[in-house]
Order: sequence, then structure tokens, then C-alpha cells
Amino acid sequence: MPDAPMLEVDAVSRVFDVSRPWLQRVLAREERLSLRAVDEVSFAIDRGATLSLVGESGCGKSTVARLVVGLFPPTSGSIRFEGQSLSAARAQPALRRRMNMIFQDPYASLNPRWRVRDIVAEPLRAFGLLSGRDAIGDRVGELLRQVGLAPADGEKFPHEFSGGQRQRISIARALSSEPEFLVCDEPTSALDVSVQAQILNLMKDLQQRLGLTYLFISHNLAVVRHMSDQLGVMYLGRIVESGPAEEIFSAPLHPYTRMLLAAIPDLDMVGGRTPVAGEVPSPIDPPPGCPFHPRCPLANARCRVERPGYTPTGDVLVACHAVEEGRTSP
Amino acid sequence: MRGAARALARFADSDFVYSFSRSPIAILSLLVVAVCILAAALAPLIAPHDPFNLASLNLMDSFRPPLLAADGEWTYPLGTDDQGRDVLSGIMFGMRISLLVGVASIVFASVVGVAIGLVAGYAGGTVDAVLMRVADIQLTFPAILIALLVDGVVRAALPKDMHEALGIYVIILAIGIARWPQFARTVRGSTLVERNRDYVMAARVIGLSRARIMATHILPNVLGPVLVIATLTLGLAILDEATLSFLGVGLPVTQPSLGTLIRIGNDFLFSGEWWVTIFPGVALVLMVLSINLLGDWLRDALNPRLR
Amino acid sequence: MALLDVEELKVEFPTRRGVLRAIDGVSFGIEPGEVLGVVGESGAGKSLTGAAIIGLLEPPGRIAGGRVLLDGKRIDNLPPARMREIRGRQIGAIFQDPLTTLDPVYPVGRQLTETMQTHLKLSDADARRRAVAWLERVGIPAGAQRVNAYPHEFSGGMRQRVVIALALCAEPRLVIADEPTTALDVSIQAQIIELLKSLTRDHGTSVMLVTHDMGVIAETADRVAVMYAGRIAEIGPVRAVVKQPAHPYTEGLMGSIPWIERKVERLRQIDGAMPRLNAIPPGCAFNPRCPHVFDRCRVERPDLLDAGATRAACWLHDA
Repeated sequence: MPDAPMLEVDAVSRVFDVSRPWLQRVLAREERLSLRAVDEVSFAIDRGATLSLVGESGCGKSTVARLVVGLFPPTSGSIRFEGQSLSAARAQPALRRRMNMIFQDPYASLNPRWRVRDIVAEPLRAFGLLSGRDAIGDRVGELLRQVGLAPADGEKFPHEFSGGQRQRISIARALSSEPEFLVCDEPTSALDVSVQAQILNLMKDLQQRLGLTYLFISHNLAVVRHMSDQLGVMYLGRIVESGPAEEIFSAPLHPYTRMLLAAIPDLDMVGGRTPVAGEVPSPIDPPPGCPFHPRCPLANARCRVERPGYTPTGDVLVACHAVEEGRTSP
Repeated sequence: MRGAARALARFADSDFVYSFSRSPIAILSLLVVAVCILAAALAPLIAPHDPFNLASLNLMDSFRPPLLAADGEWTYPLGTDDQGRDVLSGIMFGMRISLLVGVASIVFASVVGVAIGLVAGYAGGTVDAVLMRVADIQLTFPAILIALLVDGVVRAALPKDMHEALGIYVIILAIGIARWPQFARTVRGSTLVERNRDYVMAARVIGLSRARIMATHILPNVLGPVLVIATLTLGLAILDEATLSFLGVGLPVTQPSLGTLIRIGNDFLFSGEWWVTIFPGVALVLMVLSINLLGDWLRDALNPRLR
Repeated sequence: MALLDVEELKVEFPTRRGVLRAIDGVSFGIEPGEVLGVVGESGAGKSLTGAAIIGLLEPPGRIAGGRVLLDGKRIDNLPPARMREIRGRQIGAIFQDPLTTLDPVYPVGRQLTETMQTHLKLSDADARRRAVAWLERVGIPAGAQRVNAYPHEFSGGMRQRVVIALALCAEPRLVIADEPTTALDVSIQAQIIELLKSLTRDHGTSVMLVTHDMGVIAETADRVAVMYAGRIAEIGPVRAVVKQPAHPYTEGLMGSIPWIERKVERLRQIDGAMPRLNAIPPGCAFNPRCPHVFDRCRVERPDLLDAGATRAACWLHDA
């Protein structure tokens, strides 16, 4: 199957236990509290493509990233990498080698006590891909050059670099085991715009040169539009709209997507933005029915009780009763 | 070689050394500690007399007064005790024992404490709860009580003829066991912070084992506070040992530490031979105070928020 | 006459390796009712400029030169007690993290009444009535009940609304807002900016809006100052700076922002990074990254020069 997706995420949910410690809970006569951070999320990414998940804080996009790289297992649902299940992936270094992750904060994602050359070489050593000081040293130099740093930078410690340079080091490290798939969790959110442009360009170049597949997580719609082929908009643990990025950006369907797009500051300065009303409710106690209904201008009685399924509209899937019923203005 | 020279140059130029050079108290404390360590380490070579050589002792020399007194003489600058042993030499040899026991018990306590703290902090859950409750319970007793208890249990378990030979190891074990919880608590706290940092996530993503992550990633990042606590606790451990020896349950009299000297001298305090107990006491206070001041400075110097 | 005049402001940090000059000769003015955006990347000195004006520089930082005038009177050399009176009454402040501004142990209402009664002559009942009114004005529903709530009982967006009420309640003539929306989600960000805009417009308050987000500046500010390495690189009407930037740095900055309205294959990028304070190059600080650099840029430092609709510190505009 040459056309099978590289990554398939099928109805994945993840529930966290957020209750207080046992003794305190018993003393205060509290129930266990659980938080459904990811709720039946499905998507697929084709080889060489970029799928972005976008949403506000607490929508579960970072949890999806962590589920995909196996930092913790899904509560239900399945994740398949080239058709093979990832649930037993801890026991499958061969599969694990083919994916890696880039983190948001370049100040926290590099061990401050390690030299850059050891940070970059760690995956090489962990998977036993190369042995011998010289072979590893050469490969590290090559990787550093690939991300725009000098091989001599390997001797330094992370604190000797700026934020953008550190993110380059993270990328070099992520690429060292020659993965085909990278999960990028807000890779430029902590960077200044001019540095962000450098990193985004670098990521695009590397994708073309090495044929990488990206799962890109961001809250910044402009960055997402720049990077993505496919898009998933998340709200309170669910994907509310997904499909080809260009289609969603040119004709957003879900009221939440439309609000998000309207809230973006406008550099063209044609008219102000329309603020979204209200705030994201607590994921511990999500609203019944459609989770967006308390903020939605199109909500009616059905939205308050019945959770919407996905309606296909062209290539786009939308979870909205209003779109399904054709009620597009309040 | 060149790498080492460069590392040394970088160290000499670091904020750490700069902060040290700007703190007269730290410099003075380090000086006192260095003198104590040198005196203790080189005691067999530089001490004016050998207090353990029975052949050189002469009861005629007992209770010679120190130089401070009117009829003191240079042969015994700090006077002699009831057996005619030179107090200065006794202090030098006593410091040797005190420092040895202190350092060894802190090494023991820190190794145990760091390991337990790392495991508790990284594993979390039940393991964490059990280990930390044990530490909590132990912390409700004074350390000296724990040391007394351990000392008593081990002595009871050992045959009597081994007491003398193993005495020093027993006391190191006793103080070490009494002092590990503080290391464990601190390391657990730092580990809880470090284990959620992205560099640990990055190591988990490539499938490294827990043991390897703890040893290579977390351990180097939690050692800063351990150094501070080790220094501060070293003073306490030396006092623990002195207290045990003062109570007579510590080291055998054949290996007199500062505590032993103070106890022996205590008997003569009111008969006028004050120097036999005061000088070892002053030496103990100076040494412990300097170590603690050094630890205080270290804590401030390593705390980026105070800088 | 301008409400605020900053003249040749210099801020220094003495360190053991010599004095670092974090702000080096910054001059600008803010007219009554005007919103001045100050934009720049981290380390450019934009937040320090704000802190220096309201006298909240963290030691050992100090004003090493220049003057700050409010209504023509110097405020940079006032004793701390006098400066405290001006803060709050004449100049309000809004910071990025509302939790650093709000005192966690007092109800928000008490913090509002306290601020008002320190600066305005108000009876307890009047102050309380005004506090409730302010909470409702900043969009906190049921202000009469929420006035007794503690900061931790509010969400992030609501807290930032309280901070805005706190900054405006003594009716200052100038508000310095330092990254007021950076910690917030996009949808909340839009609400807060809208609120800040409408309240300051209604009261004729001047605003100095410090942010790294060009989008926020574009829709809020009347004029904008672009800072680079402790100096103003370009200053002018916001439309001109965004649409026809005259300084190569502003041009690069605008090109490096991904736009939501259109997709480009590659972003324009400025190579390299802003220099650290201890390694600012001679001449124009931007010269090592500048695509138009020529000999003069490497030796002589440009001051602000007329460049069409804006003023830019760039030798390209030396007529």
C-alpha cells in the first residue's frame, strides 16, 4: 500500500486523573476527578505532508503530540505508524527511531549540564546507530551544519547560545536518528518573529530535502497557515473542524474556527477584529452537548444537549449542528 | 591537558569564584577549614608530640599549663592533660578523627539520600509516598537519638571483641543513617521539578530507560543543592560525633576525637585545669562554625535568585 | 505640548565585566490621547524603557543620562516617595502577568478602593461604588458580587481585566502597558485589546503599548517606535511603518511575520540574531545583519533621519 498514511490516529482519547491524593480526598469526602484532555480524536497524515493541530490553551493539542510519540498511552483508541500499532512501541526501538519530537521551549529542552555534541549524539547512542568517537563526531558535525550551526559549536554548552540557535540544536538532535516523522510542539512560540521565520524556513527546507512528515502543534493561526497541508482545529479535547488547510482558511465552517480567524490581529489594518465572547470552560467540567455552545452565536436547544457528529462538507469534516442544518447565520 | 587548563581558566573567571573573592567571611571560613584539614591530615608529621606513643609519655608532665598562663612553656603551647599528653597534638589527632567520621558519614548519608530522593521523585505514586513517610517519621526524632539507637543496636549485634576494631565504622553508619532524610527530601524536590522539563521528555521520547534518565539527565541537575546540604550537614555530623563521644558511646578511648577530649577534660574543669577541655572545645566550635558559614555562602552563591 | 517627553534616555547595568548600556539615547514623545506602540524583539530594551519612565528599574539598573518629562516637568530624578504619587495618579501600569500586579491576599475590590483612595479624595462608600462600576466597565459581570472575590478566583483573562481597572481607576493621563496580552489566548487577547482601546479613548488617556506583537500594534497604535539593541531604529505613523518601512530592520521584521491573509512559500528572514549587550557592533548596531550595509554603517552610528513618512536611524536616508 504505497498510499497508506504514515500516521493514523483513530478515535484516541486520553483521560487524566486529577484528583487530590487519596488521604486528602477521603478526608474531604471528594469523588475522583478526571479530565478528558483528548476526546475521540482521529486524523491521518500522509508521507511528506504537514498536519497541524491548532487551538487555544487547554484544547488538548499538546496531549495529542505526547500520545503520538508515546510519552503516555492513550486511554482508548489506536495510533498506527505505517500500519503498525504504536501501543507496544516502547518495546519497538526500530519504530521509535523513525520518529522524534521538537519542543516549545529551547531553554528547557536541552540538558544544561551537557555539551551540545552529546545532546545531538544522544539518539545515535541510544539506538546504537553509530559507534566510535570519530564516526559520531563526524555525524554530529554534519547535523550541526545541516541546521546552520558550525561543527565547532558542539564543544559548547546550551547556555552559550541564543533561543533560535538552541532550537536549531533541538532540530539537529531530533534529526540525528534519521527519522521520517517529526512531532513539533509549538516549536517557534518562544522565539522572536525574525528568529521564528528562520526556524520555519529551516523546517520547510529540511522537509523538502529529507522528505519529512510533520505533526505541527501551534496556537498561532498565521504560522499554521504558513506550514500546513492539512489542518485540525481543536476545542476542549475534540477536533471541531478538519481538512485541507487552504480550504479551511479560505472558507471556515465551524463557528469556533470562524471566531478564531476573526480574532487574529490584522496587519492590513482594514477594520478591527471581532472579539470572541466568553472564555474556554474548564475541561474538568465541560458543557454538555456541543462543548462550544456557551460561546456560540448559532447555538440552539439541540446544541445544548446533543453532541454533534462529523458532517463531511467537500473535503472538510465539521462537528456542528448548525452547519449540518444549514443555519449559518444566527 | 589543554582542555583541563581551559576549564580551570573558565572556573577562575566564573561568577562563582568572583562571588567568593568578594566575600570576606567565605574567604576567612575557607582559611580556617583549610588549616583544620591540613592540621588533621598532616598530624603524624607535624604534631609536636605523639599522644599515642605511651613510651614518650611521662606522668611528671601532667597538667602543664598553656602559654596563656603565667608559667606556660613552649614545649606544650596548649598545656598537657592528666596523662601528660600534649593538648595541641591531641587536638590535631582529634580533628583527624572528627573530620574523618564527619566526611565519611556525610558521604554515606548523601549517597543513600540522593538515591532514595531520585527514585521517590522520579517514580512518584506509592513508592514516593512510602519513602517520604519513612523520611518524615525519622525527621520527627532528633538525629542524635537515631544515631544513639543505631549505635546501640549494632553494638548489641556485634561480638564484644569487635567493638574496638569496628567502632569507627559503626559510628559512621549511625550518623549516616541519622542524616539521610534531608538529602532525600531535597533531591526529591528538585527531581520533581526536573522530571517534567522538556529535556527529560526528549530523553523519554527516544525510549531511554528510567535508570539511565535518572543517572545521566536528572542527577547532574540536582547536585547543586546536594553540595550545599552536604556542607551544612557536615558541621552537624561532626557535632553528632562529638556528642556521641562526649556521652561515651562513640569512639573507643584509643581513638580520641575532639568530643572525647572535651569529655576527658570536663572532669578537670573545676579543679582549675581549664585548658584540657576549653582548647578542644574552641577548636571544635571554630571548625564547625567555619564549615557552616562556608555552607551558607555556598547556598547563596548557587542560588540564582539571590544573585 | 506632548504629555510625555523622553529625551536621550540612557539606562545602564553595572556588572563586574564593565557597564552594560541597555538603552542608549532613546527619544520620543507621546501626545495627549495618543497610543504609541513600542515594538522590538527580546532584549531590544522596550520593557526597560517603560520601567525607566515609571521609575521601576530593577537594581542595579539605573538611568545614566537623559530626561523624562511629564507635562514639561522632570520625573526621572524625583525621590521614590514623590514617584509613587505619580505612579497610579498620573501614570498607570499594566504588566504581562496579572498575578504580579494583584495582591493574592486581598479581594480585588479592596485593591481598587485602596488605589483610588490613595490618589483621589473619596469616601469609603464612594470608593466602593466606583470599584463596582470599574469592574463592570472592564467587562466583569456581576461586579457587586465579584468585588469581594480574590484574584485566584478569576480566570487569566478576567484577571487582566482587573489589572486594567486597577491601572485606570485613579484616572491617570498615561498608561504604560507592557505586553498586556502576551500571556493570553488569541480570543481573549482580542477582547483585552478592544477593552484597552475603548477605555483609553473614552477617557482621553495616552498609552505607551510595549509588545513584540506587530499585529497588536497595527490595530491599536497611532504611532510606533521600533527598537533594536537599545535604540529606536524607526519611528512614525503606524500605517507608514507597517506598509512602507524605511529601516531595513523594520522591513525584515515585517517580512518575517507570517500573514494570515495570504500564504507565501518562504518567509523573508533576517539572518543572525540581535547582538548581546556586551557585543554591540560599532557603527549601526544592525550592520552585520543588514542586506544594504555599506562602509559608513560599520563606523558611524546613525541617528534618526527623515525618511518619507517616518524617521529611521539608517544612513540610506542621509540626503
